[in-house]
Amino acid sequence: MERTRFWQGNEACADGAMAAGCKFFAGYPITPASEIAEQLAEKLPQVGGIAIQMEDELASLGAVIGASWAGAKAMTATSGPGFSLMQENIGYAFMTETPCVIVDVQRSGPSTGQATKCGQGDVMQARWGTHGDYMSIVLSPNSVQEMFDLTIKAFNLAEAYRTPVVLLADEIVAHMRERVVMPPPDEIEIVNRKKPKETQIAFFGSEEIPPMPSVGEGFNVPVTGSTHDERGYRYTADFLIHRELVERLVGKIRRNALKIVDVESHNIEQCDVGVVSYGCTSRAVYETVGLAKEKGIEIGFIRLRTIWPFPDNIIQKIAQNAKAIFVPEMNLRQIFYEVERAAHNCAPVFSINKIGGGEMITPDELMSEILRRV
Amino acid sequence: MAEDFSVRRYLRDVSLPFCPGCGNVIVMSRFLKAIHELGHKDLNKFVFCSGIGCAAWIPSPHFKADSIHTPHGRSIPVATGVKLVRPESNVVVFGGDGDLLGIGLSHLIHAARRNQDIVVVLVNNMIYGMTGGQVAPTTPLGFRTTTTPYGSFERPLDAARLLAVAGACYVARWTTVHVEQLVEAMKRAITTDGFAFVEVVSQCPTAFGRRVGLKTSLDILRWFKQNSVLLQQAKEMNDEDLEGKIVVGEFVRRKLPSFSKTIYKVREVAKGAKKN
Repeated sequence: MERTRFWQGNEACADGAMAAGCKFFAGYPITPASEIAEQLAEKLPQVGGIAIQMEDELASLGAVIGASWAGAKAMTATSGPGFSLMQENIGYAFMTETPCVIVDVQRSGPSTGQATKCGQGDVMQARWGTHGDYMSIVLSPNSVQEMFDLTIKAFNLAEAYRTPVVLLADEIVAHMRERVVMPPPDEIEIVNRKKPKETQIAFFGSEEIPPMPSVGEGFNVPVTGSTHDERGYRYTADFLIHRELVERLVGKIRRNALKIVDVESHNIEQCDVGVVSYGCTSRAVYETVGLAKEKGIEIGFIRLRTIWPFPDNIIQKIAQNAKAIFVPEMNLRQIFYEVERAAHNCAPVFSINKIGGGEMITPDELMSEILRRV
Repeated sequence: MAEDFSVRRYLRDVSLPFCPGCGNVIVMSRFLKAIHELGHKDLNKFVFCSGIGCAAWIPSPHFKADSIHTPHGRSIPVATGVKLVRPESNVVVFGGDGDLLGIGLSHLIHAARRNQDIVVVLVNNMIYGMTGGQVAPTTPLGFRTTTTPYGSFERPLDAARLLAVAGACYVARWTTVHVEQLVEAMKRAITTDGFAFVEVVSQCPTAFGRRVGLKTSLDILRWFKQNSVLLQQAKEMNDEDLEGKIVVGEFVRRKLPSFSKTIYKVREVAKGAKKN
């Protein structure tokens, strides 16, 4: 039977993790993400899982990676300052193809910034935060319901593509309370990593997404963040091995981008004005559609549920139909440039920014900017 | 009659990356001798974690076993995740002084504090060897390195004493000269139900010895032998006499509930508390 709850976003995230089959959580206290750790500390041990508070965020993601290699679905949750510290292990998880989920509940940065206030300044960090060539899968919830749904989806994508997945929430969706519908457990789609056959020895190549053994199962798997061949053996001098490895790691996400991309769209074929938004900011867009209609302006919008990979083709579509595209964000232009790039000069792109104090962009502000430009 | 000991039984057919005279080979053989003497015919019950640095190459990828070669300094957190999910595995960390006492020191102390039931083998060569001989947290005062060309101006860290205080169940320190004591210490560490730490003071002729007037491996080993003081003797000596000495022996051997046992016990409480 489906159940409804009146939940806080972070609580919904924790329950989404439970529903996805998460059995290990390691984290470090940080506003505005701590409730996720608190919830999982209570609930995970009840179902035979482990929740542990580590000494810092470096250790938190490290423990998550160890747990994932030991066979558990594993997650950590943090905010900007902690997300910065996790970048080295995000690169390691990408290079070693370790499925795991990293929740970043964004607050106002840079640095300690405004710890309790909402921001959307980690969007580019979620794409490019670690060094070297890599691809990120990043999801962006805009409601408490999606804190539940997209946490499950984050686990499924991590397991399916054998890669770290970031749930890029923000303080507003994480702390607000809304009604959430939990489907019955047997109706929730759960994806589990592909396991190797007993005789298999190639866990890092020979196919796009190789099967993943667990340590302790007798496979004698060598795992390394150095360049390695399909058996996991280190090769740091051979250019071909490096090229093949990193191109496969990037390619497995890039080639499947159309399958991974998930957007909510409205009226993008017949609109005067386009709006591209994500996270809490997108909630103002719904109301703006009505306000614009009263003025005789048809708004078409794209709301990014997956920020990365970026849905270039869908942005193209709205750029061909709209006279102008607006990108509201609680940062000083991050996704704006991506939209401008994807729009290919088919339509002018305007940025609407607001940072500080956790103040959201209001429908009126959006509307007046649209009227000013169109 | 037990089979003769051979390191080859436990090693992949991959050539070792160590310089001639490197202490890592001694550490590797002493560890595997301990494994042999404990009756393990293979390493299937072991998971190895190591960070970045020459010592991290001891298990990875050379041991025929699961090995996770982590980012610099993060071997212990990864080992923590592995151990908590698979408590039946023997989880062993190898690392150098830069890896475990420099960039990763906080993790080491916290693992000891939790009494995390893993074995940590520290190979202390008093230098950053892989990067070419920079000063380490263990470099003796006044010694020349590439980043302290006029001699080190920092006091070195005493890791064994630190971890004994932090809550470890087993702590021992020996040098690569003490080959028999090392095997015994490794065996005791592996069979400890709790956090076990073996520090091996080891020689790096390439990046350490040649800059401090100890040109060959043998010169460094001789220096170890002349400067080692047994813990029991050290207790009778004053600070001045102990300056520059390597205090060796067993620092701690005690029984405390291991972290895995404690956390699993709490989990049983949680299962009982589950509201339906």
